[in-house]
Amino acid sequence: MSSRIFGSGIRRREDPRLITGSALYTHDITLPGMAYAVMLRSSHAHARITRIDTDRAAAAPGVLAVYTGADIEGALQPVPCAWLLPDSGLKIAPYPCIARDVVHYTGDIVAVVVAEELPQAHDAVELIEADYEPLPAVTDPEQAAGADAPQLHAKDVNGDDIAGNQAFHWTVAGGDVDAAFAEAEADGVVIKERILQQRLIPNAMEPRGAVAQYNRATGELTLWNTTQNPHIVRFLCSVVTGIPEDKLRVIAPEVGGGFGSKIAVYPADFITVFCSKQLGRPVKWIETRSENYQATTHGRDHVQDVELAATKDGRITGLRCTVHAGMGAYLSTAAPGIPTILHGLMLSGCYTIPALKEDVYGVYTNGVPVEAYRGAGRPEATFMLERLIDVLAGELGMDPADVRRRNFIPKFDDGHEVITTLNYDSGDYPGALDKLLDHTGYQALRERQAAGPSNGKYLGLGLSSYVEICGLGPSQVAGAIGFQGGLWESAIVRFHPTGKVHVFIGASPHGQGEETTFAQIVASEIGVDAGDVKIFHGDTDATPMGWGTYGSRTTAVGGAALALAVRKIRDKAKVLAAHLLEASVEDMDYEDGKFFVKGSPDKSKTIQDIALMANVAWDLPEGMEAGLEASTFYDPPNFVFPYGAHLAVVEVDAATGQVDLTGYTALDDCGPQINPVIVEGQVHGGVVQGIGQALWEGAAYDDSGQLVTGSMLDYALPRADLLPPIDVISTVTRSPHHPLGVKGIGEAGTIASTAAVYNAVIDALKPLGVKRIDMPFTPERVWRAIQEAKGS
Amino acid sequence: MTVPVRITVNGRPVERDVEPRLLLVHFIRVFAEQTGTKIGCDTSQCGACTVLIDGVSAKSCTTLAVQADGSSVTTIEGLSDGEQLHPLQESFWNKHGLQCGFCTPGMILASHELLRTNASPSEAEIRHGLEGNMCRCTGYQNIVRAVRDAAETMATAK
Repeated sequence: MSSRIFGSGIRRREDPRLITGSALYTHDITLPGMAYAVMLRSSHAHARITRIDTDRAAAAPGVLAVYTGADIEGALQPVPCAWLLPDSGLKIAPYPCIARDVVHYTGDIVAVVVAEELPQAHDAVELIEADYEPLPAVTDPEQAAGADAPQLHAKDVNGDDIAGNQAFHWTVAGGDVDAAFAEAEADGVVIKERILQQRLIPNAMEPRGAVAQYNRATGELTLWNTTQNPHIVRFLCSVVTGIPEDKLRVIAPEVGGGFGSKIAVYPADFITVFCSKQLGRPVKWIETRSENYQATTHGRDHVQDVELAATKDGRITGLRCTVHAGMGAYLSTAAPGIPTILHGLMLSGCYTIPALKEDVYGVYTNGVPVEAYRGAGRPEATFMLERLIDVLAGELGMDPADVRRRNFIPKFDDGHEVITTLNYDSGDYPGALDKLLDHTGYQALRERQAAGPSNGKYLGLGLSSYVEICGLGPSQVAGAIGFQGGLWESAIVRFHPTGKVHVFIGASPHGQGEETTFAQIVASEIGVDAGDVKIFHGDTDATPMGWGTYGSRTTAVGGAALALAVRKIRDKAKVLAAHLLEASVEDMDYEDGKFFVKGSPDKSKTIQDIALMANVAWDLPEGMEAGLEASTFYDPPNFVFPYGAHLAVVEVDAATGQVDLTGYTALDDCGPQINPVIVEGQVHGGVVQGIGQALWEGAAYDDSGQLVTGSMLDYALPRADLLPPIDVISTVTRSPHHPLGVKGIGEAGTIASTAAVYNAVIDALKPLGVKRIDMPFTPERVWRAIQEAKGS
Repeated sequence: MTVPVRITVNGRPVERDVEPRLLLVHFIRVFAEQTGTKIGCDTSQCGACTVLIDGVSAKSCTTLAVQADGSSVTTIEGLSDGEQLHPLQESFWNKHGLQCGFCTPGMILASHELLRTNASPSEAEIRHGLEGNMCRCTGYQNIVRAVRDAAETMATAK
């Protein structure tokens, strides 16, 4: 039974508390004496603060305190950037928790009010008088890099000049790109594309928030925080607030999704800590949704100019691109690594590309800081390649599937180095595409398409083959690429006398279901019932250090740490079983929770027998310590590289520009699936987020830097009635270097699906001469593109 | 100025003098101390705050507490019968109809309304019926499956 639990789609153990309303999220925590904080955020995208008068607010009913930038001087350090991208001329602009002189985006905090009751704090914020001298603003990354652009920051944190709003300039290169293009110009094909990866708002359904409880008697602080990585928050909170790490406890209680937006550390959270410390009372701050749009990190925001060189028979010979990546007003915690390491290094995709060069310019703009958003850099890489391949296919009159086949890296199962120096672990990209095409009846769909439009509706097919890097990652590599932390994970496994198990793990899932999958790992490794395993996570006082849940790394890295800890226990249990059965350790065998003498399965001890004896310690081999507990730090030897192929089918109404997504099939290979139901759920959610980017979503600023899409009324999120059923299939390719062979699945869907939908829409409009449309594909944009193509 | 209000929340009467501007969702969360009802937006789009007022679904962020005076409100905490889960709760669990769980209370109560008005909805009707509730985790796929499953269970039970 237990050995079969790996791979079983058992129901999630998280769900009973979630479906009954008994789970506690940060917003649900109330403490005795708690006060409430509300932030005043800048009404200008770029302005000099000329006056702040807080007198009326301070005198308002229930108000305990009002603090401005002057009050936190010296008490709160600037928010640190924790990805110091090397060899890029990185210039980190000062990121104060409360702006004192100049505001750089409409989310900048200029004051905070703390009151006895939340409505009192909201009322009092309205009474603060803040005067500004507006400055010109810029939110488009390419414009911000231009010669005449308004300049955001004069100096970086080291006092060095920041010129042209440039935060960094990073390059990746391999092979002789210029020669490849010269050759293609002479006797081949060169494709040029301009791709806009629009700004996206992550929209975790739970808004961000913090509850800070400072104890003046002990100097200890507990912070409940909507975070994907409580240990990183503890680390950086100690840096910003000066509270020593040993006196800081960070709890990520129930966390309602993150998608990257809960990786960063934020000014408002540190301000909440400051308020609690000043007042000696617990303080709660919860953002509104509008505030979430205004100040919680966004994603993407690339302007990409891309060129592809190929032979006339469709073989790619070179890739050259320049990317302007909008970073927003400040560099968020992990931001510099997203459009570079996680993007540029993946530009070989599933293909053999002999030469490539990319220049990435990270640019300050008067927008919300841009961070990881589901996929984080990899969707922007996959999209670039998958789009170019379809354009190339069009140019050569080939089927897009055939161009992919012509360029795929052949099947490999133990390492393949690409031009960007990454060593992919295992993959069968042609196999994945073939299975997808078979499963979906691709040829038949093409034939249907060839029959022409029906009722003015044009059928389009869009493919997207992807490989992604996840399971971040070897800590030595993390250091080399400037990530200011390790990327290992740790787990402690403890057996109690009755054979029940407690697992303490550093990873911090927030909706993905790893309490269930981790229990399945323990059960399958040592034969206990999954129901006998309790998983503790998300509390820095209760769990060992962990580096967080992002980059599809929690099962890949945390799960490996857990499996290895359980294997240590198995090794010790085997020695103890041999001792109790008076056999030599070499003669012992193990299966499904039983240790037995080889050839004599009746002479056995269960893991529960062993747990009891280890805990009472009446009869242990000489030198063996009591207890049955193990801890492991797992630092992966390499990344893992899940991959797959997706197909989107659309119908576009040429008269109205309306795009209907009529079918979607995702084939993903994340290695062996611990819980296939959870895997499927991850694919569903990921795919829909990527579809959202193609069809509906996009953050927009006006010329003055005001966020036009400032609420859910204005930002179009995917809704149930807009989506077709999503068909999810898989192949299974083990990672050769992973203890469980598993890869990762959290981001795969998003990485693949935007390109698939985009390709499908352009494929549908090919007969009308439409070649490109900027996302999202609103009916108006599609209709205009059709009209323009007609006119030309 | 305050107004006396009496609202029965999950069977327990709660009386308070409230400001007229107080939203029902805050009354439920703060005064009735039932925090299962969530606040996901400030424009009535997300539906995380959906509750039943006298058996009919409503977004409690768009309802003033004074409007609900004298009514009986059911939140996610009041949906199960003791330890016996409501079929919708069972189906959301069985069909993996939730991930982070934040939209789930509202999603389940919106589904309750859907099945109250249409006991055997088609897939399209389910999707249409839930368009006022947002979920960022599931892509709605398993939510649709869960509602269909619950409809079948409830039909069999009748």
